[in-house]
Amino acid sequence: MLGDFIQYDFLRYTFYTGLLIGIIAPLLGTFLVVRRLSLLADSLSHVTLAGIAFGLWLDKLLTISLSPLYGGIAFSVLGSVFIEKLRRMYPAYQEIGIPIILSSGVGLSVIFISLANGFNNDLFNYLFGSVSAVSKNDFYTILGITVIVLIIIFIFYKELLTLSFDEEHAIVSGIHAKRIHLLFIILTALVIAASIRIVGVLLVSALMTLPVAAAMRIAKSYKQLILYSLLFGEVAVVSGLISGYYLSIPPGGTIVMTAVIILLGSLSYQKLVFRKKEVV
Amino acid sequence: MNNPILSLENVTFSYNNKTIVKEIDFSISQGAFVGLVGPNGGGKTTLIKMILGLLKPDEGTIKLFNQPINEFTDWSKIGFVSQKANTFNKGFPATVFEVVAMGLTARIGYFKFFTKKHRQQVITAIKQVGMEDYVHENIGNLSGGQQQRVFIARALVSQPTLIILDEPTVGIDVTNVERFYQLLVKLQQEQQITLLLVSHDLTSMRDYVTEMIGLNQTIYFHGPPEKYVTQQSTT
Ligand SMILES: Nc1ncnc2c1ncn2[C@@H]1O[C@H](COP(=O)(O)OP(=O)(O)O)[C@@H](O)[C@H]1O
Ligand SMILES: [Mg+2]
Repeated sequence: MLGDFIQYDFLRYTFYTGLLIGIIAPLLGTFLVVRRLSLLADSLSHVTLAGIAFGLWLDKLLTISLSPLYGGIAFSVLGSVFIEKLRRMYPAYQEIGIPIILSSGVGLSVIFISLANGFNNDLFNYLFGSVSAVSKNDFYTILGITVIVLIIIFIFYKELLTLSFDEEHAIVSGIHAKRIHLLFIILTALVIAASIRIVGVLLVSALMTLPVAAAMRIAKSYKQLILYSLLFGEVAVVSGLISGYYLSIPPGGTIVMTAVIILLGSLSYQKLVFRKKEVV
Repeated sequence: MNNPILSLENVTFSYNNKTIVKEIDFSISQGAFVGLVGPNGGGKTTLIKMILGLLKPDEGTIKLFNQPINEFTDWSKIGFVSQKANTFNKGFPATVFEVVAMGLTARIGYFKFFTKKHRQQVITAIKQVGMEDYVHENIGNLSGGQQQRVFIARALVSQPTLIILDEPTVGIDVTNVERFYQLLVKLQQEQQITLLLVSHDLTSMRDYVTEMIGLNQTIYFHGPPEKYVTQQSTT
């Protein structure tokens, strides 16, 4: 089944990239979910789309061919900083930045898309993901992002966990919540930009949250939550990529549906366990 | 009162021109168990937030360990159990061990990692509150009283000199509240930890505290708990 993925260069890079985002998307997803910020991923992915469309437009305008991924990364990171700014301006409405940034993202996307020749096949790939879209260059950029994300999460794990559990307590104990939060949201932006090539703008948040939702049902500790989330994320990405390729369906769809099936499985697993407990 | 751990002088605070607390003066010395009482909305939580540096007073000075609060940096000397501790996200997947370990995060500091020594400190704190049978249990599966003990352990683990508790017993049944106060007294007597406990249920706390402060915008009482009760009944 893996045959073509090993044989063809373009598929190989997609496959490796899939393995990377199967780690970093659910990893950051654990913090997003427990902080009830799942929608943040959605708004950042739409801002990323605006950045990609901007990149495509620049391509057309200047006839240089820079990967639109860079435009996506730049917009996503800027969007994340704005969301954080808005969050601080409205302390009682923490999530207000999310719809604001989401709609700005869609608005900008529409503008840049029509400037850049309208809706074409390339854009369809960005919306739903593609098995053939990852270039060697993109792969190395995404590998770089993965390394940065893993190192920073490793270094700031205890601060992130402490903040996620109880922000007020963390601040009182002397943790610089604002800086850590900004760092986290920028990482999220990077991960989203990295994941879009494969799962697409519309489904990237699903890859960040569905494996975590499934892991929640069985994890007792945060360490277990991370472990199961990564496991489910990888299973979803690998089986989604392979089935998407052979069925000629954009991998975003197959990856997310695999994640949904895993989630359903975890729900019934928990039912079984509870029934056992009741019987005993 | 020779060596106060905490002192407030003429502290005033208002939210949008509405005065919440006014001209607050008091100090707490090492080893005391102080009960801060008063009606709902009397400003207790606001005052605590100022002492913790979460809010800045409009006027007056707060000193922690003889240092003005804006120069104070050693926050691990102060443990905090908040009013919110019993409204935390019950579905959060963390074990008792993980939650208590969070009390060490700031103490360990950035770019440094949790070691065996820290692990030992966490276990010790969990034992101090009598939760050693639940170390790897999910926090959400515990009873309210047990969760509150875990939050005490999280405050204890950084070996603070002063622990501040804001209505920690809300939502806990009476027998567990008694056990909870006994635990606090044990910490105060055996480890000389100074305690500042906010509560509006004064009947059960007055048997345990060494002094009491009554706050309703201003301080209307500061003295031994026996006196507070008699004064209340004569007015
Ligand atoms: N963020 C806020 N903005 C405006 N008013 C507030 C805020 N927080 C508290 N208050 C007001 O301050 C007063 C004191 O509240 P608080 O300190 O929580 O009292 P207590 O803890 O004694 O019940 C109340 O009248 C409350 O409505
Ligand atoms: Mg209060």
